[in-house]
Amino acid sequence: MKVTQLTVFLENRSGRLAEVTDILGKAGINIRGFSTTEAAEYGILRLIVPEPEKARDLLNKEGFTTHLTEVVCVAVPDEPGGLARVLDVLAEQEISVDYMYSISLQNICFALRDIDRAVELLKGRVRLLSDEEVRKL
Amino acid sequence: MSVTTGTGAGAGRLVADKVGGQYWQREAETLSTGELGELQMARLRATLQLAYDNVPFYRRKLDEAGIRPDAVRCHGDVQDLPFTTKGDLRDHYPFGLFALPRTEVVRVHASSGTTGNPTVVGYSRGDLELWGDLIARTLAAGGIGPGDLLQNAYGYGLFTGGLGLHFGGERLGCTVLPISGGNTERQLKLMRDFGATALACTPSYALHLAEAARDHGYAPADLPLRVGFFGAEPWTNEVRQQIEQALGLDALDIYGLSEMGGPGVAFECLCKDGMHVNEDHYLVEIIDPHTLANVPEGEVGELVVTTLTRRAQPLIRYRTRDLCSLSYEPCACGRTFARMSKPVGRTDDMLIIRGVNVFPSQIEEVLMSIPEIEPHYQIVVDRQGYLDVVEVWIEVGEDIFGETMGQLEKFERMVQQRLYSVLNIQVKVRLKEPRTIARSEGKAVRVIDRRRKA
Repeated sequence: MKVTQLTVFLENRSGRLAEVTDILGKAGINIRGFSTTEAAEYGILRLIVPEPEKARDLLNKEGFTTHLTEVVCVAVPDEPGGLARVLDVLAEQEISVDYMYSISLQNICFALRDIDRAVELLKGRVRLLSDEEVRKL
Repeated sequence: MSVTTGTGAGAGRLVADKVGGQYWQREAETLSTGELGELQMARLRATLQLAYDNVPFYRRKLDEAGIRPDAVRCHGDVQDLPFTTKGDLRDHYPFGLFALPRTEVVRVHASSGTTGNPTVVGYSRGDLELWGDLIARTLAAGGIGPGDLLQNAYGYGLFTGGLGLHFGGERLGCTVLPISGGNTERQLKLMRDFGATALACTPSYALHLAEAARDHGYAPADLPLRVGFFGAEPWTNEVRQQIEQALGLDALDIYGLSEMGGPGVAFECLCKDGMHVNEDHYLVEIIDPHTLANVPEGEVGELVVTTLTRRAQPLIRYRTRDLCSLSYEPCACGRTFARMSKPVGRTDDMLIIRGVNVFPSQIEEVLMSIPEIEPHYQIVVDRQGYLDVVEVWIEVGEDIFGETMGQLEKFERMVQQRLYSVLNIQVKVRLKEPRTIARSEGKAVRVIDRRRKA
């Protein structure tokens, strides 16, 4: 029950992330989950997509450096202690976690440079969650 | 005007040239092509014999090449002679290439070291007198002589610029102010108070002096400068215009390298259209740095110089790594010496980073020893405040991209450490996406030096 993850090396330039999602979107590849890492000059984009090989080939053709890796996706019960139960199993056997991220794509949290301007831009185009709504999730 | 000075055999006599400057040794400076060629070949044979008899390195090289010093007859034969490189100088550090016993070596200069050992150059008493004459020619061509005050702001010491210009100025008979470099305010005060008519320093320091003069409220008329002799670093005609306007003088380029004894290899006349090579003392060729074959006249290539009269440390076909062209067209000034263009670059562009000499080839060697690194890289030098910073840009291909940040960071650190162990300076490695480093058509632009404004 292993899943193939697509990893992309990205330079920290504005618009670069959007290029990746554009390429995949135009090819009809739906991003089911992702995470980004932050660094001063570059980062790693990790994607869970239905056809990772096809997505990789598309991105390679556009000059991106990519990698396919095996990961495990877990359905974690949505209740207190749910994540802890999974991690406890791994910790008992001393299996270390390199990284982990959530792949439910309903609600996504962004850290942005110009947060107030971003809010103004997004308001009306997409539904933004209020502080209260997030707390109630 | 005609003034005779000095008593040595090489002493000169100032005679006006055709463009407002002067010859110091008119006969030598206006030799016909045939006379010059004969003189060069005779001096070359003597130099080869001296080297063969006294320098084991050259004896071995010439034996290997199967060349007898007295068999070299024409310029075509020169192409069969072995080259000498900076590496050879380092390998024989410090005095291994001297052709005279130490009792006859009266001066030693040394250039800053790159990967350890500095380049050493020795002078006999005769070498120093000759050097003085070559600098005197340089200064005379700019139109100065006895009665002029030469403010010599080249650094005095192991560097050949300071002492070279100093003794050349004295040999010519002008008044030399040995102020050396730095202390800009004092430079300006003495320049004005003493009425300096000539200035010698690096072109970048000339620009700095010009700026400081403006800041301190000196009008160009306060400074009676007429001519400046600027060398030891490459500079453009744009910089020439800036210096000339700011200081109100004729800015002349001079060329030399410590291996050849320092400044005095070539100098501009007031035509400012290429530097006359002192061909009676230096035999020059231009080669293709890859094929090592001579290139046709006028084409740019690497300057190769053979000393014809230096005795303490003769050098045969020394590869200067400076890229320039030669012109044998007659010059309006009347000198018959070939003219070399301003160097357009170096085969191996040395960078000075926080005072440390760094060769891009050293960086390339490190990078190319790491199999994951693609042959596309760039070296970016910038200045943050007063500090030089170097970045090495490399592209992240499949082989480097290991999937986690930890792996990338580990890779960065590994490259940085390897660079540090060779260069002794901190270099920042910057990981770039594939094909983001500009590809050049023809010669790759490996170094971007943002410190240079000109």
